[in-house]
Amino acid sequence: MSLLKIDSISVRYGAIEALHEVSMTVDEGEIVALIGANGAGKSTLLKAIVNQVPLTTGSISFRDEVITTSARHKKSVPTHLLAKRGIALVPEGRHVFADMTVEENLDMGAFFIKDQDLIARKKEEMYDFFPILGARRKQKTRSLSGGEQQMMAIARALMSSPKLILLDEPGLGLAPLVVQDIFHKIRIINEQDKVTVFLVEQNARMALKNSSKGYCLENGRIVLSDTSSALLENDKVRQAYLGE
Amino acid sequence: MLNFFLLIIIYAGIYALMAIGQNCITGNTGMLSLCHAGFFCIGSYTTAIMCKTFGLPFWFSLPVAAIISGFVGFLIGVPTLRLKGDYLCIATLGLGEIIRNIATNVNPVGMMSVPRAELFGYQFSSRNKFTFILLIWFFVAVAYILFRQLAHSRIGRAMIAVREDEVAAQSNGINVTKYKIGAFILGAGVGGTAGCFATAYTLTVQPSSFTFMVSVMVLCMVVLGGMGNLAGVILGAFIIEFISYFPQLVGLSSVIPAQASQIIYGLVLVVMMICRPQGILGRDKYRYGDPRTFTQKLSARLPGRKKEGV
Repeated sequence: MSLLKIDSISVRYGAIEALHEVSMTVDEGEIVALIGANGAGKSTLLKAIVNQVPLTTGSISFRDEVITTSARHKKSVPTHLLAKRGIALVPEGRHVFADMTVEENLDMGAFFIKDQDLIARKKEEMYDFFPILGARRKQKTRSLSGGEQQMMAIARALMSSPKLILLDEPGLGLAPLVVQDIFHKIRIINEQDKVTVFLVEQNARMALKNSSKGYCLENGRIVLSDTSSALLENDKVRQAYLGE
Repeated sequence: MLNFFLLIIIYAGIYALMAIGQNCITGNTGMLSLCHAGFFCIGSYTTAIMCKTFGLPFWFSLPVAAIISGFVGFLIGVPTLRLKGDYLCIATLGLGEIIRNIATNVNPVGMMSVPRAELFGYQFSSRNKFTFILLIWFFVAVAYILFRQLAHSRIGRAMIAVREDEVAAQSNGINVTKYKIGAFILGAGVGGTAGCFATAYTLTVQPSSFTFMVSVMVLCMVVLGGMGNLAGVILGAFIIEFISYFPQLVGLSSVIPAQASQIIYGLVLVVMMICRPQGILGRDKYRYGDPRTFTQKLSARLPGRKKEGV
């Protein structure tokens, strides 16, 4: 069963068409990678999923319910309500609450959960899973390193026990070893917690190595889609994205 | 001399209320708004009209002023929702001026001899400053406690999240629109009640006293004391009021023009930004999740109660 279904969506910014009839599906339990160069429309696609840009055509459904649509008579679900439905977004560039401590950040991730015991349990889970966050729990987030902040952003998204987690460039601006560590964690989240992952990455090799299915976006169109292992072998991908 | 100090304490109280409102908008939610003079104006006129024209007691005008200015805060908050930083600042500045201009055009003279506020037959007048100080600072204390509780609640936490990062707040399920407008309504409401007290003290309202400088002064108080720190903004109100009356206080008002205080505000702000940008008291240390909220501290101190484990 497909968890997230994107049905031929287009997005325009004035005269420029950022996305042109993009269709893709994310099945339950998968890690799906979306790769593409700068300006291909990757971030726009994520924004479209969380209803931050209006669609000109098509619709997006999550667990067989339409969440975003271009149809005038139907209402799209506002961004802040998507979190309640089980879609957690980790925005690009580590949007953390810099002036709050790590613990307060995690509290914010569980904003709509009323059960204090559950929140405490989830926090302990996160500290076990990311020991560095446990060690820094009383520290202001702005004092954390880039990699730590990225882990904190992921942990915060996981606090709401989402069904689907959307990762926008989790490896952006981080050292290769840290990137490896983060992708390793993403795989564990997927395998153990059964969280479906949709990740958008410029680091094509890393993204394809750690995913089951891949889509390749170019100038707002999906040009390739296959299993990730097949894409890694694909000549075009190798030339354009892997530098071989 | 004593009378003069008492006057400063009264005005500091009125401005402290305004600064508490401004702090809710700017300090907690992070919106740089410059229209508190407008809310002040609305509150002042509400009291003047209700007490003088309709002959109602002062106390009725307090909630009405809070509701009307809260509603105007809502009207200002909705169209400026998408604006941030300096753009929001300019838009709100314009809206604040609109309020003053409406007041000027309806009646440029303003209103005189508003009836005094009365409580159980006692009249609060400017001749007995001590009782007026009790009155205004009682309300400052009430506002302080309410807004402190608010800042430590779930709502306050959401406001801080909106200030820190809107994108992250939204992706964590926080309705940014709701909290931004809510902050405007609450901040405007308190600003309005400050206007009521100003009218009750001076018994006159003049459109010329609600210029944009008032908004700047209130913003200065918040920045000076420490954004998001309620005790800080009250301290800021004291300092700014003291500075603005400084020439008269030292008996040099004939030598130093009144406008000199504006130069001093500017200097104070520049020095603050260089030496201590977080404000005198800095940001509020107590956050959501801190077990020591006001009521709990109080109950822990009350005798005969077991302290709950923290």
